[in-house]
Amino acid sequence: MSATNLLTVSHSPHEYTSESVQKIMYRVLIAMLPAFAVSLIFFGLGALIVTAVAVVSCMLFEYLIARFLLKIKPSLWDGSAAVTGVLLAFNVPSNLPVWMIVVGSLVAIGVAKMSFGGLGKNPFNPALAGRVFLLISFPVQMTSWPKAVESRFAYLDATTGATPLGILKEGLKNGQPVSDLMKDLPEYSQMFLGNMSGSLGEISALALLIGGLYLIWKKVITWHIPVSILGTVVLFTGLLWLINPDQYADPLFHLLAGGIMLGAIFMATDMVTSPMTPAGQIIFGIGIGFITCLIRIFGAYPEGVSFAILIMNALVPLIDKYVKPKRFGEVRKNG
Amino acid sequence: MKAFRKGGVHPAENKISTGSSILDLPVPGLVTVHLSQHLGVPAQPVVDKGDSVRTGQLIAKSAGFVSANIHSPVSGTVQKIEPVPDITGYPKMAIVIEVKGDEWVETIDRTDTIVRPDKLSREEIIARISEMGIVGMGGATFPSHVKVSVPKGKKAEILIINGVECEPYLTSDHRLMLEKGEEILIGAGFLMRALPVDQAVIGIEKNKPDAIEHLRKLSSGYPGIRVEPLKVKYPQGGEKQLIKAITGREVPSGGLPIDVGAVVHNVGTAFAVYEAIAKNKPLFERVVTVTGKSLAKNANFKVRIGTPISSLIDAAGGLPDDTGKVISGGPMMGRALPGLNAPVTKGTSGIVVMKANESVRKTVMNCIRCARCASACPMGLEPYFLMSLGDARRWEEMETARALDCMECGSCSFTCPSNRPLLDYIRIGKTNVNRILKARKS
Repeated sequence: MSATNLLTVSHSPHEYTSESVQKIMYRVLIAMLPAFAVSLIFFGLGALIVTAVAVVSCMLFEYLIARFLLKIKPSLWDGSAAVTGVLLAFNVPSNLPVWMIVVGSLVAIGVAKMSFGGLGKNPFNPALAGRVFLLISFPVQMTSWPKAVESRFAYLDATTGATPLGILKEGLKNGQPVSDLMKDLPEYSQMFLGNMSGSLGEISALALLIGGLYLIWKKVITWHIPVSILGTVVLFTGLLWLINPDQYADPLFHLLAGGIMLGAIFMATDMVTSPMTPAGQIIFGIGIGFITCLIRIFGAYPEGVSFAILIMNALVPLIDKYVKPKRFGEVRKNG
Repeated sequence: MKAFRKGGVHPAENKISTGSSILDLPVPGLVTVHLSQHLGVPAQPVVDKGDSVRTGQLIAKSAGFVSANIHSPVSGTVQKIEPVPDITGYPKMAIVIEVKGDEWVETIDRTDTIVRPDKLSREEIIARISEMGIVGMGGATFPSHVKVSVPKGKKAEILIINGVECEPYLTSDHRLMLEKGEEILIGAGFLMRALPVDQAVIGIEKNKPDAIEHLRKLSSGYPGIRVEPLKVKYPQGGEKQLIKAITGREVPSGGLPIDVGAVVHNVGTAFAVYEAIAKNKPLFERVVTVTGKSLAKNANFKVRIGTPISSLIDAAGGLPDDTGKVISGGPMMGRALPGLNAPVTKGTSGIVVMKANESVRKTVMNCIRCARCASACPMGLEPYFLMSLGDARRWEEMETARALDCMECGSCSFTCPSNRPLLDYIRIGKTNVNRILKARKS
């Protein structure tokens, strides 16, 4: 061995997985493609503009803040800013003005992510923080929902209508029974495909489920969070529906309407802001399902997935503190 | 198919040298025999500078209960007894012998004839294991006589022979099972009688179907011994994981296998026990896999203890130009060598030569809380959490978070997509927790 051929000395292990943060983020982007395709079919031009603006501005803010404010090496190509951008776009109506999307991106990346230290350090889901900021700042624009198909070639000038959850909430407030309101709602098969008003990425349960199965197959997420959220929603709304079907919509409606699918599959499963253990993830999921139903059924807003996820995000450190993995060889007391 | 349930990873197997039969490596001109060939107290030399020794002669004797005898691996003259760097790079006391011929102690049976002594008592077997300097051949080098001496109040119920060889690259145990199956079974029989237990299970990962088949056929002639194929999952060969897979029992935290009635010995140890008892041969040589993707001749050599690692690499075609790292042991738990002059010890299971591009640690990124480390940990720990505690030097909390349960299998660092050096931090923590525990005792 010559002096130029020095050996590397480091601690074991000497072998590493080929997995990387980048690969994980790119898989999430791939998993969002079906839902994006559906949004292009139903909201067309608007969906394209909103998504493009959100992705570009999220990546730009990530770069600028890392480079000039934090003075760290920008990790632009790890894909996390792009994921936040797409998710933010998925959570807003397709007729949202460009400048509002830019503001939302600034809040998502600047406030919710980079101010905590960047990738992996944020306690709250950045895209949801951005969305909720927009919702409470610009309630009118954030709740004007373009009609699917009709507004395919429109952006700011899209014809708008109410979402199924909005129709339900309004109708029940006016004392109409659920059975009457159902006549104003799209058929479940149409809702399943995504033919309804709503945020641009949340409409198609089918497309979201395909993405979710891909993520589970690629081991990016596990079943625990989505299943516990959706299971809780079915149980909660199902129970009320059995008690009084005139006052409460059936569980299938609750699964297909609003952002529950998007939330359960793509938002709540964000690794950074969800618990580490399977048991913790189930508690987290049940919490999200429960709070979502409370807001939908008893709250002022027609939809509550975003709030539910953010509230549970805040509880993650507590869940991780108390829900530990089952240790190997746990010495049982009085065993 | 049985396996441990919690955690585990699947590194690429890279068992390149599987097809290479065990070859005798020529005796080198000079051997360096360290006095710490085993875990525990270093042995005490019983020869002096200038003494002539024969192959198999006792040169250092056990210096305590957890210690082991050392025998000369060659014949020749003791050149010096002084500190020489071992695989860690630090000088440790060693007996250096200049080789002349290869004259063996005449009591050793050098033939290949299978011998089955069956009149030996339990005590005689334990005494012979101790006398012949047998230690755990899987890499931990724990003195074997200690493991077969079941402490009062405990009872051994099952002997497990570890033929898992879950480390990537390594094939020495695999070759031994194929070529010395009968001897391993007889050795296992001695261990059963020593404990005593009436059942033994040989655990083998199913990526070695030929070894499973071979030992299964042979074991029909050995009542009480059976072969258990195991799912391929690292670290299936970890002692606690193997016991869990075969018996379903979990060794309690801080406890020993005997607490659940199990005793685990490596196939290499069973073979060494056979040679010690049936052939009267002390432990002074072992099978070492020499392997690497760029190596000219991937091989399994029978090597005298004390042979310089450079001789093994030369015999395998020399160090390739693209070498970045040379590991003693497997790539998951082995030690990277600072140089090639250090000698083979009783615990050297393999020498793995890694290419330069495989030897680079990738850039560390922030933890994205993906939880892969926690789900990979076979001990049910939270490596990400231990790392952040270690980074903050919060040793007491690391103790509570069970850092000492970590067996350093490396699954966490292996699986981290952010390339975080989780195990490095846990090791630092373990050292500090042990220091605190020691201080607390005194």
